[in-house]
Amino acid sequence: MDTLLPIQDRGGPAQPLLLATGLRKHFPVAGGLLGRTTKVVRAVDDLTLSVAKGETLGVVGESGCGKSTVARLLIRLLKPDKGTMVLDGDPVDEPHGITVNELRRQVQMVFQDSYASLNPRLTIAETLAFAPRAHGLPAAEARERVRDLLTKVGLDPASYSTRYPHELSGGQRQRVNIARALALRPRLIILDEAVSALDKSVEAQVLNMLVDLKTELDLTYVFISHDLNVVQYLSDRVLVMYLGKIVELGPVEAIYGNPQHPYTRALLSARPSMDPRKRTHEAPIQGDPPNPIDPPSGCRFRTRCPFAEDVCARVEPPLADTKFQAVACHMRVAGSGHSKAMAA
Amino acid sequence: MALQSPSLDIGGAVLVKPTPTSAGRGYWQSVGRRLRRDPVTLVCAAILILLVLASMASPWLGMADPYKTSMLRRLYPLGSPNHWLGTDELGRDMFARLIYGGRLSLFMGVTPVVFALMIGGSLGILAGFVGGKTNMAIMRVMDVFYAFPSVLLAISLSGAMGAGTENTLLSLTLVFIPPICRVSESVTTQVRGFDFVDAAKASGASAFTIVRVHVLGNVLGPILVYATSLISVAIILAAGLSFLGLGVKPPEPEWGLMLNTLRQAIYVNPVLAALPGVMIFITSICFNLMSDGLRAAMDVKA
Repeated sequence: MDTLLPIQDRGGPAQPLLLATGLRKHFPVAGGLLGRTTKVVRAVDDLTLSVAKGETLGVVGESGCGKSTVARLLIRLLKPDKGTMVLDGDPVDEPHGITVNELRRQVQMVFQDSYASLNPRLTIAETLAFAPRAHGLPAAEARERVRDLLTKVGLDPASYSTRYPHELSGGQRQRVNIARALALRPRLIILDEAVSALDKSVEAQVLNMLVDLKTELDLTYVFISHDLNVVQYLSDRVLVMYLGKIVELGPVEAIYGNPQHPYTRALLSARPSMDPRKRTHEAPIQGDPPNPIDPPSGCRFRTRCPFAEDVCARVEPPLADTKFQAVACHMRVAGSGHSKAMAA
Repeated sequence: MALQSPSLDIGGAVLVKPTPTSAGRGYWQSVGRRLRRDPVTLVCAAILILLVLASMASPWLGMADPYKTSMLRRLYPLGSPNHWLGTDELGRDMFARLIYGGRLSLFMGVTPVVFALMIGGSLGILAGFVGGKTNMAIMRVMDVFYAFPSVLLAISLSGAMGAGTENTLLSLTLVFIPPICRVSESVTTQVRGFDFVDAAKASGASAFTIVRVHVLGNVLGPILVYATSLISVAIILAAGLSFLGLGVKPPEPEWGLMLNTLRQAIYVNPVLAALPGVMIFITSICFNLMSDGLRAAMDVKA
């Protein structure tokens, strides 16, 4: 079937591979009498992002900030409450666009838990062949593809095909998961904390493999992680999330070299340094993130921000372009009313 | 877990060699291997197989006629010549009746569970996999059945439909659908939460294919084990219904009915009167122990 050939580029290199506009996902919290929905968790709120062809977009943020929800929205394992997605010029799940299944042919995902993401009852070959077979690839060709996939991720097909997940180490399992994500020859792979659970040495191997695969197969990555060093190593652009919102978005050099948002700065300064002379000077952020059921008004970071003023509680800061990156902070918007902002 | 080769250059040329493992190949082979090392389960399975074979082959075993009554040799004690398990209140040979009785009793134990497994299992897997409103609808209906104790439900259903084998089977099937449905729903809900099901959804496979390949294999084991444990309950319930006169009609040999008819003999020959109960006990404890053994053998990480 022709559906399993690599998909050709359509819009040219300048057109974003994936453009998500105003994505919103609120999870109802059952409560009150008869399980009526009284509250919602605002996991992702009006999030707009684009992924350029061939880039690696890093997504960082604390636990619970909505990173994984974004991943699941992008591959439509969750249906967004609001917002649109466009894949290389084709609207997703709209009358004149492509279906969700067509999106999933081109966008695949690698999960964090290498064990839970493999069916314990299936051999590695059966797991890898599942998606191609479901798309109608004949058994012989599927076998050939499994061999090819295993070789690509550095596992010997002869000895791994017939094994079960529990017979593999964490790093080997994650390689299998990456191979499965490659099985349909997608263009975009979402890596949701894909290496976070691995040992450091194994993590390095898998990361290098990901870099090699990206060039070899002309892939685009959305790399979600809480590990700032790994994101810096891998990403071209970085997106910083806080409580379901983007607080800063820009090239990796700008975010790491000249962070503009107080949250990004706090995150980066909380990184342990290998050099004892480089001590942390900025005060670390205090406490836990606020409850996403009832996020603070205005700027969601204001409750933990050392520079918060009246305007931060009143007005939600827009994601505004600065010289190198986009920042959602009143201090960077001229005439916003914040004392540290430039005059209008 | 073994570390892989220390080389960081993995461009397809360096292949990681697998770590040697002692584990065998197929899942069912390993289940079989663990079962073979479990003497209790093996003994129980052997007893059950013997019971089933004996009751199926009973007409050809050269036993006494289980229907032949005799006013002269009523309530012979155990160990009597020609009737080594004695005779019942109508002078029928107890051994023959116990073996013959296994036919109906085992049939009444297994059949409702098999039907309930097909219906309740499918409903439960459907409810668990689809979730949401479908789940709500199916499970709340099951809750209604749950409101009645199973014995009471079986009695009232059989009472409403009248005595007889078919009606007993029907009412027992209805009694077992809710618990099997509930177990199926809960294991399916659990399996559905695993990332590999999400990964399968992300591959664009149809819901039916996902259930067939990824869900069924992981839920069937626990559901089957649970259903096996219900067989003993079914035998006891069927016996209870017969005892109450709602199940099998006399003169059919059936363990519950035999308990019922022998109860007047309890002051004359209590051991004799207890024999059908002993059969029920042996069968149900064998089914229970066997389902425990199956559960242990099917535990993947063991």
